[in-house]
Amino acid sequence: MKIRAQIGMVLNLDKCIGCHTCSITCKNVWTSRSGAEYAWFNNVESKPGIGFPQQWENQDKWNGGWVRKINGKIEPKQGGKLKSLANIFANPNMPGIEDYYEPFDFDYGHLQNAPASKTPPTARPFSVITGERMEKIEGGPNWEDILGTEFESRSRDVNFEQVQKDMYGEFENTFMMYLPRLCEHCLNPTCVAACPSGSIYKREEDGIVLIDQDKCRGWRMCVSACPYKKIYYNWETGKSEKCVFCYPRIEAGEPTVCSETCVGRIRYLGVLLYDADRIEAAASCEDEQDLYQQQLDVFLDPFDEAVLAEARKEGIPESWLTAAQASPVYKMALDWKVAFPLHPEFRTLPMVWYVPPLSPIQAAAENDWIGMNHDIPDVRSLRIPVRYLANLLTAGKEEPVALALERMLAMRSYMRSKTVDGQINTQVLNQVGLTQAQVEDMYRYMAIANYEDRFVIPTSHREYAGSAFDAYSEQGGCGFSFGNGCSGDDKVNLFGGGKLTQRGKVPIKIPVKVEPVK
Amino acid sequence: MNYLNTLLFGYYPYLAISVFFVASLARFERDQFSWRTGSSQLLSSDEDFRLGNNLFHIGILLLFFGHFVGLLTPPAVYHSLGISTSAKQILAVIAGGIFGSICLAGIYRLIRRRLTDPRVRATSSRMDIFILLLIGFQLVLGLFTLPVSIYHYDGSSMLLLSEWAQRIVTFRSGAADVIADINFLFKLHLFFGMTLFLVFPFSRLVHVWSVPLGYFNRPYQVVRRRG
Repeated sequence: MKIRAQIGMVLNLDKCIGCHTCSITCKNVWTSRSGAEYAWFNNVESKPGIGFPQQWENQDKWNGGWVRKINGKIEPKQGGKLKSLANIFANPNMPGIEDYYEPFDFDYGHLQNAPASKTPPTARPFSVITGERMEKIEGGPNWEDILGTEFESRSRDVNFEQVQKDMYGEFENTFMMYLPRLCEHCLNPTCVAACPSGSIYKREEDGIVLIDQDKCRGWRMCVSACPYKKIYYNWETGKSEKCVFCYPRIEAGEPTVCSETCVGRIRYLGVLLYDADRIEAAASCEDEQDLYQQQLDVFLDPFDEAVLAEARKEGIPESWLTAAQASPVYKMALDWKVAFPLHPEFRTLPMVWYVPPLSPIQAAAENDWIGMNHDIPDVRSLRIPVRYLANLLTAGKEEPVALALERMLAMRSYMRSKTVDGQINTQVLNQVGLTQAQVEDMYRYMAIANYEDRFVIPTSHREYAGSAFDAYSEQGGCGFSFGNGCSGDDKVNLFGGGKLTQRGKVPIKIPVKVEPVK
Repeated sequence: MNYLNTLLFGYYPYLAISVFFVASLARFERDQFSWRTGSSQLLSSDEDFRLGNNLFHIGILLLFFGHFVGLLTPPAVYHSLGISTSAKQILAVIAGGIFGSICLAGIYRLIRRRLTDPRVRATSSRMDIFILLLIGFQLVLGLFTLPVSIYHYDGSSMLLLSEWAQRIVTFRSGAADVIADINFLFKLHLFFGMTLFLVFPFSRLVHVWSVPLGYFNRPYQVVRRRG
């Protein structure tokens, strides 16, 4: 057993209103730079749709993620090491900028500088790559917003697999949900595996996957390897960039910007303990539909004394263990089983999980009759097909998703009885296998969603700090920047001087002689 | 003329090689963030580009190793393998012709794309364009020397060129004098070849240093411990 901790995220899609605040705040903090305009570390998609970049989920097209070979081992779908290097001169799986969109801005200056004219001046779009005027904007990061574009195009969504999709093109039968997406900070990331330079790495202490900007050479294998298409090649710097999970904030015990600013309070952050030795076996299990359960088995129970003892031996700080016990992510993913990984069939063991959304009851609109399953409506009569959600979250296995939806409906039913009728309805709980304590907790975490409950983030610990003086040694350093001086941890410097990341001098401890009291 | 010859073929090689190493090292040490391939595949990639880029890279790698082996193998070594000087000359001309054609087919596509594709053109630095044109020019020069070589099918100029190269890398004097009377095309080709080394560290070519062979020797997953 090799215990590691990771800060995971859960997004409660049932409460997402698609306001894009997460995307905008993220963009303002991280990617409002030249070369990264088209890069959305966080974006929100309207589903069903082909998403951003176009058809990112379709691995027949992009060859992202892993495949299980006949011998039971897994390798990146775009190819193992040899094939990867053979394709290094021209990556055949690399998306082009048109698969995202040509980044544009508007010529606002013209509004102020235009000469007098009969009609009011307009700010016309121009490409920020070439600077040339764009006659027509052909795409954007949210091109399918609220079911925009024709159904013909949106129906290429791979999650329609085994869904009779034609009827959902009809206005009366259509359905919609939002899917905010960010880097999954996978346990078995394909981007890391595909990087020829070894510049992408997973941090041991909190599981955040980062790209070393100094070591990245721009071989761009990660862009195609990531099945979520969450690595963006910065065409200005020639380096790949990705969601950094707001690590400076996480280290300080603060939630990521997208989580902090979420007005729907749909995001949760918490510690999960996992057994790193089990990752490979879990990721290479034979049946895709078992991957969800396999990943659940990788996680460890933070209340188990044996796990805690082993974790302490690994040097995981006590505050992280306490946080793991209070983790909302653990509760939702493992205790109540209402949260699921996004596309587990990519075999990356993603760590950003989703609570499937409830939806209005389809049958009610049609014939004034609701399919009831005792006290709760039948989840098969919900407007969003369970199969669609299962294709998104459990590689097509419907039972876990159906149970999660039933549990959420049961929670509503239970709370309605409790607050409206003044009765405790335990029958509905028995039906979905929840205890009263669990459902009260679910209500507290998912409906009320207090800040302290949503974000249980231990601060980066002294034990993890690079030098003996923690933050003190970094005070006066140049902090986060691109470029030289602020990177690398080798102490040797060819041209004199020192790295500017750390203070040059720290106080020398002078041993004090204590005279015995006479 | 003799003075210029000594300067260009006696001293310039050392200048170029020194700058090549020292500036590469300096850039790697001080500004590794700028150390990259500079790929523009994201901005414009079609069948033609992928074909062109593969042809160019394969061609230029073959040419590099061809020159390396051809210039630096002492005559005694290939003679002992039973290859006569004129046979080696024929081999060099044929191999050079094939590799050069592969590379030319590639670089033609790359130059055309770099100069005409609006996105690629707009995001190219002056160095990006210069280095590509320099390699293209050098390649064409190299191909033009082939007819001259065929004319000297006894391999005499090839012997002189390899003697020059071997004297340079082994720090023996008189290297420039060896090739004083060689065809002007060869001299041009040598000069621009050395210039390529000179500007190498200041261009995107530095990515050649970073051939990711280490990839084969590492596990797929990389986990970093803090501190």
